[in-house]
Amino acid sequence: MKRRSTLKLAASSALVGSLPLLWSVGAQAAETIKIGAVAPKTGPLAGGAAVTHWPSIKMWVAQVNGRGGLKMKDGSKRLIELIEYDDRTNPGETIKAVERLVTQDKADFIISPYGTGLNLAVAPLFAKHGYPQIAVSAITDKTGELAARYPTLFFTLGTTTAFANSVAEVLAKMHKEGKIGNKVAMVNVADAFGIELAEAARPIFKKHGLDIVFDKSYPLGTQDLAPVMKGAVAAKPDAFVAWSYPPDTFALAELAKIENLNVKAYYSAVATCFPAFSGKFGKSIDGVMGAGGVNLDAPEMKGFFEEHKKLSGSDADFWAGPVTYASLQVLEQAIEAVGAPDRAAVTEHIKKASFKTVMGDWKFKNQTIENFWTVGQWQGGKFNGVASTGKAGEKPVVLKTGW
Amino acid sequence: MTDILITGVLLGATYALMAMGLTLQYGVARIMNLANGEMLVAGAFGAFWFFSGHKLSPYLAMGVVVPAAFLLNWLIYRLLLAPLVRRAKNRGQLEVDSILATFGMSFVMVGLFLTLFGGNFFSYSYLAVPVQIFGSAFGLNRVVAFGAAVLICGGLYALLSASRLGMAIRAVAVDPAAAALVAIDVPRVSAFSFALGGAVTAAAGVVLSSFLTLDASIGVMFTMKALIIVIMGGVGEVRGAVLAALILGLAETAVATLIDPGLTLAAAYALFIAVLLLRPQGLLGRRVS
Repeated sequence: MKRRSTLKLAASSALVGSLPLLWSVGAQAAETIKIGAVAPKTGPLAGGAAVTHWPSIKMWVAQVNGRGGLKMKDGSKRLIELIEYDDRTNPGETIKAVERLVTQDKADFIISPYGTGLNLAVAPLFAKHGYPQIAVSAITDKTGELAARYPTLFFTLGTTTAFANSVAEVLAKMHKEGKIGNKVAMVNVADAFGIELAEAARPIFKKHGLDIVFDKSYPLGTQDLAPVMKGAVAAKPDAFVAWSYPPDTFALAELAKIENLNVKAYYSAVATCFPAFSGKFGKSIDGVMGAGGVNLDAPEMKGFFEEHKKLSGSDADFWAGPVTYASLQVLEQAIEAVGAPDRAAVTEHIKKASFKTVMGDWKFKNQTIENFWTVGQWQGGKFNGVASTGKAGEKPVVLKTGW
Repeated sequence: MTDILITGVLLGATYALMAMGLTLQYGVARIMNLANGEMLVAGAFGAFWFFSGHKLSPYLAMGVVVPAAFLLNWLIYRLLLAPLVRRAKNRGQLEVDSILATFGMSFVMVGLFLTLFGGNFFSYSYLAVPVQIFGSAFGLNRVVAFGAAVLICGGLYALLSASRLGMAIRAVAVDPAAAALVAIDVPRVSAFSFALGGAVTAAAGVVLSSFLTLDASIGVMFTMKALIIVIMGGVGEVRGAVLAALILGLAETAVATLIDPGLTLAAAYALFIAVLLLRPQGLLGRRVS
């Protein structure tokens, strides 16, 4: 009896204490749009997500809420209520979190997760519940097949073959112009991404008249790559290509510098365009090429980096971060065009309409963006896009001259 | 060939650094510390903070980071682990309890890193210039790290084998109950060993941060490596851990150079299994009677 009365007292005092809060939540509740976000905050992919994924989301939510929210058909505005989950880079957790967002949190929309594997793991769930999934950090050659199977899945960042192709074309062009020889040293991280790219690259490089003189892989997470770099140096290549992940991208560049890898073209894949990469190496990475790129002169890019720094507190990278932001702009424009959190209508709208994004004008073909940046290069402290599948503003490639 | 030897020894030295702290914590304080890697990352964060914020060399930053880590680990032992030690009826129970407790602690630490530093990669360039040894180039930061490893491991060995405190530590490592009988303050020696182990691990983090790229959740990778080395070397054996670290470093480098870099992990674990099968007590460990 006594316990019950104490409980009652506690409950009522809690209620009184939280009344003003309840009231304000109640007033807002009718107007918010719940948006869920699931991605790594811990685990192997957390470092990458902390650069390209979470800050873009933070920036977008701050911007939309800063101007009063998403505009609905009836002229009202709804603030975004962001619900974040850490999936610990574990596909099982990603699936659980998405299910929770659908059933418990009743999220209106869910932002696509981070990483190819994690995106594909939840694609069936998004499709089953009818949530549009605008994937960014998911690179695969099976985009056509997957888009046909999952009518809610969209791809924005590119395909494996396109990336390998672009690198081969850049090198072949330099070779044809007599700037470099045709000997390429190629290494890759032994993970789905690196293996797929290396396998795609072998025949493509050959077709472009490039001779792979060194071809090795190393396990995921290895940072002791001295034997790999020594082997590459000994093969006396004219160009160096690494299908790498962070943190090996950093380790390879440091070793290339120490071993004085004498190539006129140096490429490493993921994280080459990260601010931390130029922060660590400064001027010595001038001329280093990497996956991605942006057109820094495009009018729509103007102000993006300043705004990103201001709203998210960190510097943006020059690839997936802006594309992630663009994918959220697509979601925003589709919701506002439909004027209601109607997932089926929004999905249909994304399939048909075209969008003005920070990455230029976007129109999905078979649920896929077909014009994207593939190769960028550090030129005077900026990472410029130098190759793409049909983007405007490609900068000419410069030679890597020493470290 | 000399390339393989030198690269292997340099790599072995970094492995020895990773494992030295855990050797003390597990061998003497009997705490199987699964948050060992996080302590290493904490040391690295400290070095990074001093380097990027105050332009301070990581080796000078050690002067602050290492005593701080010693104090922190002493507190962790006194507040979190000592109750487990008092409660445990035997070594097996303490091992299970400490594994669970420190496993939980590792999550808390990762969470703290995330709030304090964010999930971003952190990396800086320090002494990333080549030095020529026998005609081939090696990173100066790695060579300096090798020097630090020699100093730290040598210092520990000297402390353990030549000082009175060291003898007490060794006595506790061999038999805590018997050590108490000869008037050794076992709880104090254990706390000291745990704190010293934590300080050494943080020092290793400072050294490694000068050439590795780290993030808040990378600690578990170091814990794994340290565990393998400690078990391979023989529990509580500083010399065994150094030997195991050197063997691993040399084997991985040889395999990477002569066969394929993709097989380094396989080689490391094959060696580990071989040691477990042939000498379950570790390379220099004593057989438990």
